[in-house]
Amino acid sequence: ILSATVDAAADTQGTSAPETVVPSSVPQPKDDFQEELVIRPLHSGDIYASFQFRTLWDTDFMRENKVSHYRLFPKSLGQVISKFSVRELHISFTQGYWRTMQWGQPFIPSPPGAELWVWFQDSVTDVDATWKELTNVLSGIFCASLNFIDSTNTVQPSASFKPLGIGNVTDHSFLRYATLPREIVCTENLTPWKKLLPCGSKAGLAVLLKSEKLFHSSFHSQAVHIRSVCQDWQCKTTSWELRQTVNSVFDLHNSGQAKREWSLFKMFSRTLTEACPLASSSKLYIDITDNPQQFELSPATSLLSQAVVLGDRRTFSVYDLTQETTFGSVRSLNLLIRWKSNEGEMLRPLLHAERYVAGYGLQTGEIHTLMYNNHPYRSFPVLLLDSVPWYLRLYIHTLSVTSKGKDNKPSYIHYEPSKDRVKPHLLEMLIQLPPNSVTEVTVQFERALLKWTEYPPDPNHGFYVGSSVISSLVPSTVAMDTNSTRERPLFSSFFPCKEESSYFVRIYTEPLLVNLPTPDFSMPYNVICLTCTVVAVGYGSLYNLLTRSFQIEEPNPGLAKRIANVIRKMRGVPPL
Amino acid sequence: MLALLMLNILAYMTPNPDKTQIIIHLLSVISQNSAGQFFSSGHTNNWAVLVCTSRFWFNYRHVANTLSVYRSVKRLGIPDSHIVLMLADDMACNHRNPKPATVFSHKNMELNVYGDDVEVDYRGYEVTVENFLRVLTGRLPPSTPRSKRLLSDDRSNILIYLTGHGGNGFLKFQDSEEISNVELADAFEQMWQKRRYNELLFIIDTCQGASMYERFYSPNIMALASSQVGEDSLSHQPDLAIGVHLMDRYTFYMLEFLEDIHPASKTNMNDLFKVCPKSQCVSTPGHRTDLFLRDPGSVLITDFFGSVRKVELTMDAINLTDPIKQMEENPVNGEEQKEVYSYADQLPVSEIIHQKPKQKDWHPPDGFILGLWTLILLVFFKTYGIKHLKHIF
Repeated sequence: ILSATVDAAADTQGTSAPETVVPSSVPQPKDDFQEELVIRPLHSGDIYASFQFRTLWDTDFMRENKVSHYRLFPKSLGQVISKFSVRELHISFTQGYWRTMQWGQPFIPSPPGAELWVWFQDSVTDVDATWKELTNVLSGIFCASLNFIDSTNTVQPSASFKPLGIGNVTDHSFLRYATLPREIVCTENLTPWKKLLPCGSKAGLAVLLKSEKLFHSSFHSQAVHIRSVCQDWQCKTTSWELRQTVNSVFDLHNSGQAKREWSLFKMFSRTLTEACPLASSSKLYIDITDNPQQFELSPATSLLSQAVVLGDRRTFSVYDLTQETTFGSVRSLNLLIRWKSNEGEMLRPLLHAERYVAGYGLQTGEIHTLMYNNHPYRSFPVLLLDSVPWYLRLYIHTLSVTSKGKDNKPSYIHYEPSKDRVKPHLLEMLIQLPPNSVTEVTVQFERALLKWTEYPPDPNHGFYVGSSVISSLVPSTVAMDTNSTRERPLFSSFFPCKEESSYFVRIYTEPLLVNLPTPDFSMPYNVICLTCTVVAVGYGSLYNLLTRSFQIEEPNPGLAKRIANVIRKMRGVPPL
Repeated sequence: MLALLMLNILAYMTPNPDKTQIIIHLLSVISQNSAGQFFSSGHTNNWAVLVCTSRFWFNYRHVANTLSVYRSVKRLGIPDSHIVLMLADDMACNHRNPKPATVFSHKNMELNVYGDDVEVDYRGYEVTVENFLRVLTGRLPPSTPRSKRLLSDDRSNILIYLTGHGGNGFLKFQDSEEISNVELADAFEQMWQKRRYNELLFIIDTCQGASMYERFYSPNIMALASSQVGEDSLSHQPDLAIGVHLMDRYTFYMLEFLEDIHPASKTNMNDLFKVCPKSQCVSTPGHRTDLFLRDPGSVLITDFFGSVRKVELTMDAINLTDPIKQMEENPVNGEEQKEVYSYADQLPVSEIIHQKPKQKDWHPPDGFILGLWTLILLVFFKTYGIKHLKHIF
């Protein structure tokens, strides 16, 4: 039973409507903040929570007079945008790997570790220097070691990572992409992230972000996305959008004590008491598409909403936190989701990818990337981006792409070979995946020997190779909504949608961990000792032989002999 | 402030102008004396540099040591912007930690020293001897963010805390390099010559820690160590659930001592020297005060561990700048023809397929190639003679 759905939602949200008369006395607020939380129970018993906090601001960072009055938009990010002439910035920190086959597709994908990709404005003259400074500044803002991003792990993709915001010019020389698969995410990254929110972690949905529960999950990802969006349907003016997202998957056994019963308190060790006072809309969505056979929701709510997301029409129960009635008489909302039965088949994701290293020994190896197309009769194009560090020397002549046993020639290949200690390999291919098939991309490589000062302090851990990025237009089962500015929940409006029959998806493979041949690090000490000993013994002996002369020294004679010698000397006779 | 208020009231109430002048003069003298007392310790700001130099899970206790000092220092008032925290490895979110995002100091798990509000400035591979010395001397690349810099001046009191594995005259960084006591002493001397500190408190909790402060020669440094030369610093107790030793003895008892300190307490350094006697610590903690100008009994703990914000009183009037004028907003003209923006196509297949590859500029051949060809031609003409030239051209 569907009641007033999206129209009701549109009335309560507060972004600027197209025909608004600007009143002369009260200035219209130029910035707007919305927050939402989507909870999606997964078929394996785990639960997926996705937070999105969006700040929209109608301002121009690129004009000469600096912006000085910040209200909802964080000042540190505003200064970064204007100082480095950033057109778009996407940074994510992830712990864990997203298991597509068990959990489906995430709303906002991200690779393990840290990932940063930035589009600069056309006015930037030296993109590489600006990129280096930007990574240093961001490492200070987010307390992460982003200063390790340099030319050896930065690439300039030639066809992937088109801007997600508005823009007509797409000259890829202004795009930079880097990933740090080794980067750890912990409370020290969450703390400055929370400080960027208008309400901090004191009110609204952000009170649920407690590090002890968030980091005890199977997957945790926090990201910041900055881009320009259209203000209205005519799209003659733009505004800056800042989205901060947190995606977490709580494990049934670790956090759930193996009982299929989830509540906000169990997931986050907190309940909701109020919405953020600065937010124009604050909503909680529960995915109930498989209801009522699957689970029971309490407290019940009458608000329902439908949205087309990830190619599927899903139904959501909505809790509006700006209404007092949501919190009930106890003034706190602790949502309870109790499972009734274990049945139900998960919809198999249409696109899925895996990657692994094959081979043995420490000299050569082979990287295999497998891409699965699970659609029964449609084929679709896929853009694969691989960035391999220079110390794995790829033999591109051994690159092979096969589908169903037969050769599948990519329609576009872009390869930039690496340069030792300067830049990594970049391989981009546009491959058409035939329906219901597995496509395998293999390439052989050889491991290089590093100089002994280039090894990290724990070299036997191995060296990471960043995830491959697979961007694709996947056919959708329902018609997608191409009207980009109609009021939609935040989770369905992240990727812009240009056609109705397919939706854009980006998936990341696993990062690889390869062992490089490591030397014995005690050898310099051993060599120094040995060489010094040999030199000392050899030179010392030679010096002694050349310069030491032996003199016979008579021992001191006894008293009798001495007196006899004196007498003999007086007599003129040689001594004894 | 009260003196100024009284001053104003008196000035208004007394009609006689001469009497007013005398009263004003008297009150200003009194307030200046109390202001003088206020500034007796000589420092105006506090900084802390806390370093944990050990990597790997079994060195959990070193991270717990550093975080417990961080926690005390933050509790007593030093803000995150004045603390440079360097942790060589991540224990809280380590996959071996059965309780993620926590670092405990005792097996009763009462105190999570990691907390909810921690900001680590240097972490993982960034904690190297070079970075540590650069932070101390201030010689950092220009693009280093402020949170990673030690922006101290000549009126700063700095607390430096080091922990890890050490030996006689050195401290090991991350299992791959060491810093020697001579280097450390020279770094402090550089700091003194550049006037980067007013007073410095150096605490080290490693084996044979006293060897690290033997070589100091700059003034105004007070040093404490957890063990003498030839002795090992021992750890406190293991936790069987987490599986490692949680903290070192010296820092554990120091943390207990610091938990009793609050921002207004009057405990002095002599009490800190008495922390962890041989009966509790098994090693003999040592200290060095000969380079310090003041008597340790007159130095408050909060001079280094706390942060006292000083207020300067002034009698002069200050002219404020002109108020900021509101920017004039350009009125939105509906009639103006603005260009229509649109979102970029995420995967324009036909555009990508027909994308022309970038034309590489033609460069003239490299010197090596030219030289090689010249050599080949010379050899050819030498062997076969110049008459073959006409066959070529």
